Formats: sequence, C-alpha cells, structure tokens
Amino acid sequence: MHIIVVGLNHKTAPVELREKLHFPSENIEEPLKRVTSLPQISEALILSTCNRVEIVAVTRDIREGTEEIRNFLSSYHGIPMSRLDSCLYSYDSYDAIKHIFQVASGLDSMVMGEPQILGQLKDAYSLTNKYKTSDVILHRFLHRAFSVAKKVRTETKIATSAVSISYAAVELAKKIFDTLKNKVVMLIGAGEMSELAARHLLNHGVKEILIANRTYSRAVKLAEELGGRPAVFEDITLFLDQADIVISSTGSAHYIIRSDDVVRVLKIRKHKPMFFIDIAVPRDIDPKINDISNVYLYDIDDMEGVVGTNIKMRGEEAKKAERIIEKEIEQFNKWLGTLSAVPTVISLRERFEEIRKKEVEKTISSLNGSSKIDAKALDALTTSIINKILHYPVTQLKTLDNTREGNYFVDAVRKLFDLEEK
Amino acid sequence: MNTLFFKIVLVFYLAGTFSYLLYLFKQKPRISKVATIILTSGFVFHTISLIVRYFEAGYTPITNLYEAPSFLAWAIVGVYLFIQFKYRITSLGSFISPVASILTLLSSAFSEEIGPLSPVLRSFWLPIHVILAFLGDAIFALAFCAGVMYLIQEHQIKSKKIGSFYHRLPSLKLLDDINHYSLTIGFLLLTMAMVTGSIWARHAWGAFWSWDAKQVWSLLTWVFYAALLHGRINIGWRGRVAAIFAILGFLAVMFSFLGVNTLLSGLHTYDR
Repeated sequence: MHIIVVGLNHKTAPVELREKLHFPSENIEEPLKRVTSLPQISEALILSTCNRVEIVAVTRDIREGTEEIRNFLSSYHGIPMSRLDSCLYSYDSYDAIKHIFQVASGLDSMVMGEPQILGQLKDAYSLTNKYKTSDVILHRFLHRAFSVAKKVRTETKIATSAVSISYAAVELAKKIFDTLKNKVVMLIGAGEMSELAARHLLNHGVKEILIANRTYSRAVKLAEELGGRPAVFEDITLFLDQADIVISSTGSAHYIIRSDDVVRVLKIRKHKPMFFIDIAVPRDIDPKINDISNVYLYDIDDMEGVVGTNIKMRGEEAKKAERIIEKEIEQFNKWLGTLSAVPTVISLRERFEEIRKKEVEKTISSLNGSSKIDAKALDALTTSIINKILHYPVTQLKTLDNTREGNYFVDAVRKLFDLEEK
Repeated sequence: MNTLFFKIVLVFYLAGTFSYLLYLFKQKPRISKVATIILTSGFVFHTISLIVRYFEAGYTPITNLYEAPSFLAWAIVGVYLFIQFKYRITSLGSFISPVASILTLLSSAFSEEIGPLSPVLRSFWLPIHVILAFLGDAIFALAFCAGVMYLIQEHQIKSKKIGSFYHRLPSLKLLDDINHYSLTIGFLLLTMAMVTGSIWARHAWGAFWSWDAKQVWSLLTWVFYAALLHGRINIGWRGRVAAIFAILGFLAVMFSFLGVNTLLSGLHTYDR
C-alpha cells in the first residue's frame, strides 16, 4: 500500500485556478466518496484551503492511483487536463509522507510556520472520519502528521515568526491608533495568514471586519466564521474609506490598491490614519502610498523586519524542522512496510515457532528419562498443529493483501500477537 | 528668601530632567517614579518661591526677564504634572522637563533683584492678563513637545526602522489628541489673554491696539494657531502637518515671549 498526494498550492497555481478547484467543506461528502470509489484508491482525504487543494490517498498502484486522482480533479471541476497539468504536483511514498508532514508543520505555507494550516488539516481529517473514507493507514498517517507538527512547533522557532507577525501587526496598529476599539479591518483575499492576523485583531477588540475575495462565496463563508461582513471584490475601492486597517493577501499579479485610490479615500476620511498590511507576494498595494501622510504601509518583509526574524534564522530553523521530519518519515515508513501481508506472515510464524519451541523444550526436560516419548514426534505434532491453525488466517491475509480490509487485518494481527517492531 | 527657593527649584528641575531622560533610555518604572517625585517637589518649591516673592515684591512676580521665564516654567510643569497624573503619559515628561529646565536656567541669567514696579503695571489686570497668557503658552509648550514626539514616532513607523523609541513613545493617535486638545485650550487662553490685554491697554495706554511689537507678534501667533485650528477642524489636518504647525507655533510664541522683549522695543518693554 502506498500513500500518494495530488494537488496544487499557491506556489504552483494562480488564485483563479485554486478557486476553481476548491472543495467547500459543507459538501465534501460526495467528492470524498467518489475518490474512494476509484478502482485503485482505498482511503482518501481532501484538504482544501485558500492556498492549496490536495488529495491524500492510499493506493495499491502509485502510477494508476495518481492518474485516477488527476483525472478526477479535472472531470469533477470541469477543467481540461491541459490547463491543469502544469499546476498539479504529485508525490508518492516517501515524498508524499514528507510533503504532508511539511504542510502540517506549516513549512509549505506562504508565511512559513503559520499554524492555521494544521487546524485545517485536522478539520479535513475529521471529515474523512465522518464520511468513513479514512482507515488504518490514513488514521495512523494523519495522527503522525499532527504529532510531527507539534514537535516542529515546540522544538523549533519556526512557528514564532508567523505568530509574531500577526502579533506585530496588532502592536503596530496600536502604536498608530492607540486603541483598536471602533476600528474597521478590511481583509482583501482570504488567505491563511490574513485570517490569522484578522483573528488577532478581533481578539483586541476591532469593531468590524470587512472581507473581500475574488470568489464571493468564500468571502461570505469567512465572514460567517469571523462574524464579519462580506464585500464584493470589484468594489473594494468603494469600501476602502470605511477601513482603518487593510490586510491584503491576494494572488494578484498587479497592484489592487493604487496610490490615487488612497489619496481619494483619505480625503473622504478627513485624513484619518490608515494602516495597510500587504502580505501578498507579489505585492497587492502600491508601495508609494507609504509616502502619503497619515498612511502607513507594511509589506511582508517589513513585518518580518519588525519581528526581527531574519531569513537566516528561518533557514536554520527550517533545517532543524526538516531533520525532525526526516526521522519521523523513517519511522512511519517502517510501519507502513509492515502492513503488507508477507512480512506480517513471516513475523507471525516466527512468533508461533518461538512459543512452540519453548514449550516443546520445557516438556521434554520435564519428562526427561522417565518417558519413552519421541522428541521428533513431539516436534512434528506441534508444528503441524501450528500450521493447521495458521493456515486459514495466513491465506486470508495474503488474499486480502493491499486492500482496505487487508490493512485492517494486518494491523490487527500485529497488535493481537504483539508483532510491532521493537 | 524667594531666590533661595528659586535655586532649590533649579536644582530639582535639573535633577528631574536628568531622571526623565534616564527613564527614556532605561525604561525602568522605578526611575519614572523617582523622576515624578523630583519634578513634583520642584513644582512645590517653585510655587512657594512664587508666593514668597509675591509678598516680598507686593505684586505678581511676572514683570521682568528674571520672573517671566521662571513663571512660564512653573506653568508648564504644572500643566504637565496635571496631565501625567490624569493620563499617565510619563514619556511626555522626558520632553517637557528639559523645556522647563531651560526656561528656569534662562531666568537665573537675569538679575533677581526686586525693582520698583512701573506705574503702568500697577493694575488688577496684571495677574489676569499675564496668567492667561502664560497658561496658554504653557499649553502650547505641551503641543510643541507632543509634536516633536509625534514626528519621532511617525518617522519610526514610516521608515520601518523600529528603534528603541518605538516602544517608549505613546501612540500617534494619543500624541495627535494632545495636539488637538492643547491647541484648542491654548488658543482659547491666548484669545482671552489678548482680549484682557487690549482692555487693559485701553486703560493704561489709552488705546485697545497700539501696534506694539508684542501685540503684533501675539496677533501673528494667534492667526497662526487660528489657521491650524481651522485646518484641523475643517480640512482634516492632523498628524504630521499639525505636529509641525504646533512646533513652529511654539517657536513663534517663544519669540514673542522672549525675543520681543530682548530684541525689539515697544510698550511691553518694562525693564532693560
């Protein structure tokens, strides 16, 4: 059995495409069921956030399984493969495990170490439990991923950067506005990081949150989650005068907010200060607006600068995280390998043989001298009993090998007879 | 007697300034407490010295260049202490206390002798007019300091070079609020000082307005502050512009306060 990952993220696909591939969590059941009913796929999880859409699956055949999922993505969303092909990545086995461990730890996120993705992965996992599309392998895999993420978080400083960026945003806002009460925040683009920053600001008493996103439905969804108000993306400049703090994080290639927009809005606002945080790469907001009086603009590098996490430090921490991940992959891979029937059958036989030998020896030594029992006959008898007992379970394990049921049995056998690797 | 007190005041103010500046760099709450105690004691001694001088001289001691800067310093410290106890903006002290110290030092450079009061000044208008004017000036000094702090803090935030001052100075909003309120109150006091002054002038010099150098300069600063107030209320001037205005305005105030008396001559010049 193999783990595969097929998907795309903010690095490989533009926001327009990511949006089209989005699976809303409220009707995730149907696509999940469709993926698991694909001939080569036995377990599946769908992770769909603003920055990534990934399907994690368990398959018998890497090549065919990957192809099935790729085709599913294309046909389910009605996007031709030619359009999708260059944006999709696929990983298997070692690389797939590594990838998901990295995603869970926030190493693959736009802002390295941001913690929200872990929560999203947990949500995605609980949905697979609800709709019963995960089993032994994914259970173990995801739990492993969660504990790896926790380990990375506690043992490296990778997460502090992201958290402290939103913290620094709050602190800067307070240095500008004194209090955040009665302040209105506008989110442009509903990314992981901006959502995190928005939550921080909300915790500090911000009055209202406006959310604009290219896909209006997602703005509505996030607005519901955060208790905010959705706004139509094309109208952001119309709403801009209401916003004291603007957090932008879209995948747009051009500036969304221009200098003359801000100049115009500032007049309407009677020059009340505005604080812009642009965490998009490439940037969403014209850097020139920082020159306007009463307007403050911080891009992602500026925020990093404030936090004092330089790239070198992040690089070192990332290396540390990679080492933790490598170790964990090794362990998980070992377990995954034992899941196929052959090694399990071998260790099962070994375990039985061990017991048999011990007991035979005991019997012979206790009967020593007084008996005429043939040691050879005793050996033959016990061996054949074991073979008879093991015959049906072993054939069963072998025929069910590499199926969902089979994995379940193998796992059970290993637990029942204490065959776990020591 | 009053001059002895005055020397004690000077020592306290200098020590207070030193502690406030130390606090700005060290940021230890204990230092700020000590600084507040020193400055408050200085203020108490200053009040006593003014009262003593009032009785020794027989008139409100704000008539010459020994008395006037010291009186302004007293008003500034008083206004500041009121604000610190009310709003707990300790970092303002690091900017205000040097201003008070400089003014007190300036006083000490002039003759401390109590001379005979010019007959023109023997009027109940003297304390009313001058106290209003000095209180107004003290409040403009506050706006000046808040303006300097605003420019420093704004520069830190704009340039993204978050230095040590970033954490030590209050928020831009607060500094701008100080600018706004002190401007409004200061302008009101200045206006009242000018009105009472011209009424007094009618009695003393025979005309409400006589194009005296101090009158002209006061009018100029009045117009200047009126423009800033108008800008704030109607055009939405705030922040940096307002801070720069407040700084320039206070410099004009200082000139009409000191420069006019020392460099120009006119009806307001009573001692030379």
